[in-house]
Amino acid sequence: MIRIEGLSFRYGEGDFQLQIPELSVEAGTTTAFIGPSGSGKTTLLNLIAGIIKPETGRVETRDVEVSALPDPERRRFRVTTVGLVFQEFELLEYLSVLDNILLPYRIHSALDLDDSVRDRARSLAERVGISDKLARYPRRLSQGERQRVAVCRAVLTDPPLLLTDEPTGNLDPVNRERVLDILFDYVTESGTTLVSVTHDHEILARFGRVVDFRDFHVWGEGDDTGGGA
Amino acid sequence: MTDTLYLAWRYLAFHRVKTAILVAAITLIVFLPVGLRVIVNQSSRQLTARAEATPLVIGAKGSPTELTLNTLYFSSDVPARTTYAVASEVTATDLARAIPMYVRFRVQGQPIVGTTLEYFEFRGLELAAGRQIAVLGEAVLGSRAAEMLGVGPGDYVVSSPESVFDIAGVYPLRMPVVGVLDFSDSADDDAVFVDVKTAWVIEGLGHGHQDLSRPEAAAGVLRREGNVVVGNAAVMQFNEITPDNIDSFHFHGDLSGFPLTAVVVVPPDQRSSALLQGRYQTSETNQVVSPSEVMDKLLGTILTVEKFVIAGAVTVGMATLATAFLVFALSLRLRRRERETLFKIGGSRTAVATVMASEIVAVLAVGVLSALVLTFLTQRYGDVIIRALIR
Repeated sequence: MIRIEGLSFRYGEGDFQLQIPELSVEAGTTTAFIGPSGSGKTTLLNLIAGIIKPETGRVETRDVEVSALPDPERRRFRVTTVGLVFQEFELLEYLSVLDNILLPYRIHSALDLDDSVRDRARSLAERVGISDKLARYPRRLSQGERQRVAVCRAVLTDPPLLLTDEPTGNLDPVNRERVLDILFDYVTESGTTLVSVTHDHEILARFGRVVDFRDFHVWGEGDDTGGGA
Repeated sequence: MTDTLYLAWRYLAFHRVKTAILVAAITLIVFLPVGLRVIVNQSSRQLTARAEATPLVIGAKGSPTELTLNTLYFSSDVPARTTYAVASEVTATDLARAIPMYVRFRVQGQPIVGTTLEYFEFRGLELAAGRQIAVLGEAVLGSRAAEMLGVGPGDYVVSSPESVFDIAGVYPLRMPVVGVLDFSDSADDDAVFVDVKTAWVIEGLGHGHQDLSRPEAAAGVLRREGNVVVGNAAVMQFNEITPDNIDSFHFHGDLSGFPLTAVVVVPPDQRSSALLQGRYQTSETNQVVSPSEVMDKLLGTILTVEKFVIAGAVTVGMATLATAFLVFALSLRLRRRERETLFKIGGSRTAVATVMASEIVAVLAVGVLSALVLTFLTQRYGDVIIRALIR
């Protein structure tokens, strides 16, 4: 599903440098990236999603070398192949819950917003228990409800790859479990590949594989790969 | 594109107060100088046209502007009174036609213009309904006055007391409306025309009351001294002139001493005009003014003021525009994360910028459009506004 080879990335002229000689994630698996702040976990998610490009090396997702795609193609790839969930939910305050879920279809011309998409959005909302809040604005939702909206938005396009960045970082234990249940149920049912950045060691048991960015030690299913972050 | 506009619309609708303030600011920036220009153009055209159609006005010494505005536009600032004798004098010279004007009273804010039938001929006013004034106490209304008061031929209008606390002052007179004039797009449309003598009756210089020689009026007799009957306060005065009581109406004193606010003078030629002006230039009690000269002076002042106002409006406009620009800039800055989110989930930087640019363009467009609508309304109803301001 994801293959990374000889990757090197640096923000401008800063000290931070991410180097990953090799890393692969198999399709349909669940992987957690852990490590201290600033170790490059989120940066790697952005590289996999094609939001940023590496200085050197390859990032390949579903046999597509994302890092080599021109900007429009990378955006098209992102909107059709990747679902993103952020720690701060990143919902638009001026859009209703339904419009927030439909946002990928409004922001990219490659996707056609029709009734079937709206029906799917409603169905997802019902599944995560927010169907009665579709007309509300995000500020009138609880943290847990907001993250559920963000999950719906991320999976609306039925992406084969779901990237989540601290999806439970702002949630209380009850909502954390609920959101994780939703994510893992979805992943199990759809066969979607899940890669998640987290600081929460309590949830690591749910993942099939954990990649530690501290020493770039990888354990769990699959082979270890060396490198440094 | 539809989705981009939808997102922009949702943003503006969600922040409706901020949007409304920005739209109002843009509207004012555009409308203030443009609207002012329109008003000044219309007022100068209107003031000049009516002034040029009124050759000379004679009135008591005082403010020429007040005299002209009251005579031409029936403004509520009543000039010092001259007398009916002036109208007779002008007529006696054979140098011009003299049209007496007494513009002091109101009917619910509409000016009562006491004059003669010559005024209608002079202004070219035609009847749209009913007939002309025939006897004392009748009124003919301008088209807008009829509309404002909701009356027509067969109805009545009542003069308004100048002060409700002045119990010894002017009594209201109930007047039948006998005609309504055609729309003339002038101050005449707002007027309630009566015979000048009716205006004097409203002032209390003429009145009608019970015939004290009749037995039913005995209670109103204070004393009898030969043929002279002196009435007391119980004598019933008529507040309406009807065919039954019109004969009881009479004036005390010499009519030539009765008040007028002005006499419109219409000389047939320049020579007569010059002679008349020369005659009144030396008068100690009266003045003769050329309305077009008075209006030219007034317009000169208005244009000077307009320049200052426009300069001020432009300065304020620039400051407001800079503030609006700052609001947009700060808003864009505050929305950096939103832009990043849209970009991360697949929106191009151009599409994201288009959403935000659409919001700015929409605010500017609605602001300019509102200003254009206001300008159109100002143009459409400018005459009414100007007349209301003058009154």
